[in-house]
Amino acid sequence: MKAFRILRSSLSESFKGVFRNFSLSLASIFCIAITLVLVGFSIILSYNVNNFTREIEQDMTIVVFLNRKISDEDVKTVGNKIRGLENIKEVKFESKNDVKKSMQEDSEIFNSILEQYNDETNPLQDSYLVKVVDINTIGKTADEIEKIENVDIVKYGEGSVEELVKIFDLVKKIMYGTVVALVLVTIFLIANTIKITIQSRSREIEIRRLVGASNAFIRQPFFFEGIILGFLGSIVPIIGCCFGYRYLYDRLGGQIFTAIIKLVHPSDITFILVLGLLAIGVIVGAFGSYRAVRKYLKI
Amino acid sequence: MQLIELKNVYKRYNNGVTALCDVNLSISKGEFVFVIGDSGSGKSTLIKLLYRQEKPTRGDVFVGGINMSKLRNGRVYKLRRKLGIVFQDYKLLPKMTVYENVAFALEIYGLRRDEIRRRTLKAIEQVGLKDKLRSYPSELSGGEQQRVSIARAIVNNPKVLICDEPTGNLDPKTSMEVMEVIDRINKELGTTIIMATHDEKIVNRMKKRVVQIEKGIVTRDVLKGKYKDEGI
Repeated sequence: MKAFRILRSSLSESFKGVFRNFSLSLASIFCIAITLVLVGFSIILSYNVNNFTREIEQDMTIVVFLNRKISDEDVKTVGNKIRGLENIKEVKFESKNDVKKSMQEDSEIFNSILEQYNDETNPLQDSYLVKVVDINTIGKTADEIEKIENVDIVKYGEGSVEELVKIFDLVKKIMYGTVVALVLVTIFLIANTIKITIQSRSREIEIRRLVGASNAFIRQPFFFEGIILGFLGSIVPIIGCCFGYRYLYDRLGGQIFTAIIKLVHPSDITFILVLGLLAIGVIVGAFGSYRAVRKYLKI
Repeated sequence: MQLIELKNVYKRYNNGVTALCDVNLSISKGEFVFVIGDSGSGKSTLIKLLYRQEKPTRGDVFVGGINMSKLRNGRVYKLRRKLGIVFQDYKLLPKMTVYENVAFALEIYGLRRDEIRRRTLKAIEQVGLKDKLRSYPSELSGGEQQRVSIARAIVNNPKVLICDEPTGNLDPKTSMEVMEVIDRINKELGTTIIMATHDEKIVNRMKKRVVQIEKGIVTRDVLKGKYKDEGI
């Protein structure tokens, strides 16, 4: 009961603190809001880059052409051998007749050419479509597949794919770095602003110490005040980022330049945006003020 | 053991100034003691040792059985809850009313609201400011502000009231009013009073125990003393 009363009094104290020092509170809130907008920005950006890379990666396939005169038995053996390798996610068999059919459906020219062949004389090859777990080692996996008996040619868009993967990897790393750097800057800025706020209240802390308040008791209201400031500071960035992104998404029709670069649907990103920004604001606010009080607890 | 005891206390600040030199002093419950001396004599340091603003360099300071040298920073509040402290500059919070300033010292105990109210009002009544409850410090005279800070100091029923030049900023008439309040607390509540001052008139008029400090050394300790030794 006693602890509860102390908690209640420090909660009401922290609300009063926000309003008594309104201009400084406002400064802290603005500071948090501005940096969180930037953080929100980079979250959206990195999320999109990440999503885009993932989609490209999912589409990447190794095509394994088998020897022309291969028995059904051997086809199965090759399939099992591929499945036995490391880094294999999915293996799908496509017989030469399947390929012929789909090619005929695709275009008139192919249709007329392939028309001349029947199932026996089909010049195409049976093939396996292989998807890998880690796209970065796709080259190595392809090399291993090539060594398997009865495998004729292995294709996975060498060179261009690797280049693309490298670029995306770099972009992703830069984005992550930016997010982390921005979060650090936010922590620094918020802690500093709160330090200024608290400096102007060092007298209050001093008097609390002198009338016999324990350090924990003195810190509590500032801790809650930090949470309140962090919370208030994250509202505008959350609303801005969520609605701003939704607007942008609708304006661009969900893609940038071409249909290849698809944007993440706003509803997929809203949750992480709200949670991420709120958490950063609140945690940073709380610990910023908690740390800033420490200096004044030595009187 | 006495309520307050200093044994061979030395205090040397980091800048090399020796403020106190082999001070021995004991004060028992209910006493009223003036600590007098010129500026820089070390009386403020002595007072600061009592509420653990400063730690002694050598020797032991006991207040209510607590050894100051061994008191960790995080535990200082346990000592301060047994004390009331009054300062020359009042140390009131300007954005709080008289009532809030006094109740502030009780909120740390987690008392019930009506209990806080009862004790706060009682303390404010004791210093005669019942009609100023809702005033802010800036609306009060110096004497009234000092009385608010006295109310804050006694609201937790301390054993000891430590006053560091409480009348330093007040005119002679108001000073006497404040002294009457402090004297009444000593007589009615039995609170031990230790007051640093250099106000000659007050010391001569009150006729209490006087401890004089000169250059960090206790040079005089007399009961019912005056500011200056008679006959000199």
